[in-house]
Amino acid sequence: MAPENITKPRSVGAVKPQIMHFSEPLQFRSGAVLDSYELTYETYGTLNAARSNAVLACHALNAAHHVAGYYADDPENIGWWDNMIGPDKPLDTEKFFVIGVNNVGGCFGSTGPKSVDPRTGKPYGSSFPVVTVEDWVNAQARLADRLGIDSFAAVMGGSLGAMQALQWTIGFPGRIRNSIAVAAAPRLSAQNIAFNEVARQAITTDPDFHGGDYYGHGVVPRRGLRLARMIGHITYLSDDAMMERFGRALRSGSINFHFDVDFEIESYLRHQGDKFSEYFDANTYLLITRALDYFDPAAAHGNDLSRALAVARARFLVISFTSDWRFSPARSHEIVKALLDNRLDVSYAEINAPHGHDAFLLDDPRYHALVRAYFDNIHAAL
Amino acid sequence: MTEQEQDRITLSGRQDFKAIAAWVRPDSTVLDLGCGDGLLLRYLGQTRNARGYGVELADENVLTCVRNGVNVIQSDLERGLAGFDAGSFDCVILSQTLQAMRHTEEIVLEMLRVGREAIVSFPNFGRWDLRLQVALGRMPVSENLPYQWYNTPNVHLCTIADFESFCADHDIHVLERIVLHRGRAVGLLANFLGSLAVYRIEKRR
Repeated sequence: MAPENITKPRSVGAVKPQIMHFSEPLQFRSGAVLDSYELTYETYGTLNAARSNAVLACHALNAAHHVAGYYADDPENIGWWDNMIGPDKPLDTEKFFVIGVNNVGGCFGSTGPKSVDPRTGKPYGSSFPVVTVEDWVNAQARLADRLGIDSFAAVMGGSLGAMQALQWTIGFPGRIRNSIAVAAAPRLSAQNIAFNEVARQAITTDPDFHGGDYYGHGVVPRRGLRLARMIGHITYLSDDAMMERFGRALRSGSINFHFDVDFEIESYLRHQGDKFSEYFDANTYLLITRALDYFDPAAAHGNDLSRALAVARARFLVISFTSDWRFSPARSHEIVKALLDNRLDVSYAEINAPHGHDAFLLDDPRYHALVRAYFDNIHAAL
Repeated sequence: MTEQEQDRITLSGRQDFKAIAAWVRPDSTVLDLGCGDGLLLRYLGQTRNARGYGVELADENVLTCVRNGVNVIQSDLERGLAGFDAGSFDCVILSQTLQAMRHTEEIVLEMLRVGREAIVSFPNFGRWDLRLQVALGRMPVSENLPYQWYNTPNVHLCTIADFESFCADHDIHVLERIVLHRGRAVGLLANFLGSLAVYRIEKRR
């Protein structure tokens, strides 16, 4: 075997998304109803005979069901958590059956604003229901039903994905044995909502937005989406990480007394924004930021997160990153405190990482070793 | 778990495990500060059905606790126990860590705020062989204090007499005390013959 094959992490290989059609109506928290819908998902590994080794990996703002592996016709398109999930990886697909699903309202295959509304024959656009984390988890539970999974060995996610991992323990306490919440917050702060609002304003004030029904006009609010992504991206990185990577480096070596790109960071943000606006749907961005804003399990319990989690039965692994200022370690402490109040099993690690919020997607050895050790124990208890 | 297996854990672990376990009430809630590899908590879970959490700062120890299937909260004890409510645990344990704390006074008071009672163990600096080494002009090195003066993590060493006067000064009531040498209880002349002291304490109310 060539040396590079020994050190190169193995991949789940070429994967194919699948579609599950649901004809039972999905009732949203808002009261809205979708009569039928589809969920696009991928699976890796094999469901064991006892159907006890299933793990759901929940995506955050701008990702989807393509969690691990690559597509045969597009080998560069690698799953967003491929460093975490695969053979011999922290979440080992030789031991676990892992599911990634594009949430309802998404733009990567599951029913969302750009899907055609069967009642009108046109894209849902502005008429698509405002989704919440609870709605997503309800839809995920139906997918689990169809796949014959009564109870997940674990539900895991970072950021908004962590909110889903948390909601599972509240909404379906009997169907989740472990909840792994990385770079989490139990609800957004005013500052978090403020950033989301700026992103939404960028989109909704774009002349190409057309009140959300831009599909019929043959345009997309690209400028707004681009700005939204640029703003979001700033919050995913730490000040130090940004300084370390870009500093005050100049594109052309000197300042040019204009308002076009001078600094490398400007070029980087523009590039990120451009790339994102090519593939992401603006209405989905609005919906997902709203789902973030609205998630607040404590609200129905007198703002007491401990009471909200009183129904939970799962074991928890909570991981935060020191340089994450979007969802700082203090936000994870709130979750841990509520779990302690309920005497639930919880381990909490605060990883000293410089990368900011995005650290949950990166390959930090301490972080990955913890997740690996946690899953080894889950596997031993199967 | 058989008695033999329990003994094996005790022997491979620390000699104060058994004494601590004897004082932890069945089914109680326990917080183990500076829990290291988490084996004391696992032992208390197995022998006393205690529901416990460890508090640990070092990354490698947090990982080992997770590997050992023990609940662990990564946090710096020197900053106190701000994340824990008053009276929220039956028992808070500090096993052989007191001497390595900078904020010694604060942590003992924090333990008695969070726990209804606390168990503290520490190497007794009053044992005769240590006194002798000091008398001969050297910093002592022993089984329980295996470090040289230049690489020791211990910053607040004390004797049994020191600790008891500390308790008296801070309105701390000593409920029970056991002094050990090589795992065996020492009766007479504890401050002279004992190498490890274990205390069960509570705040005088």
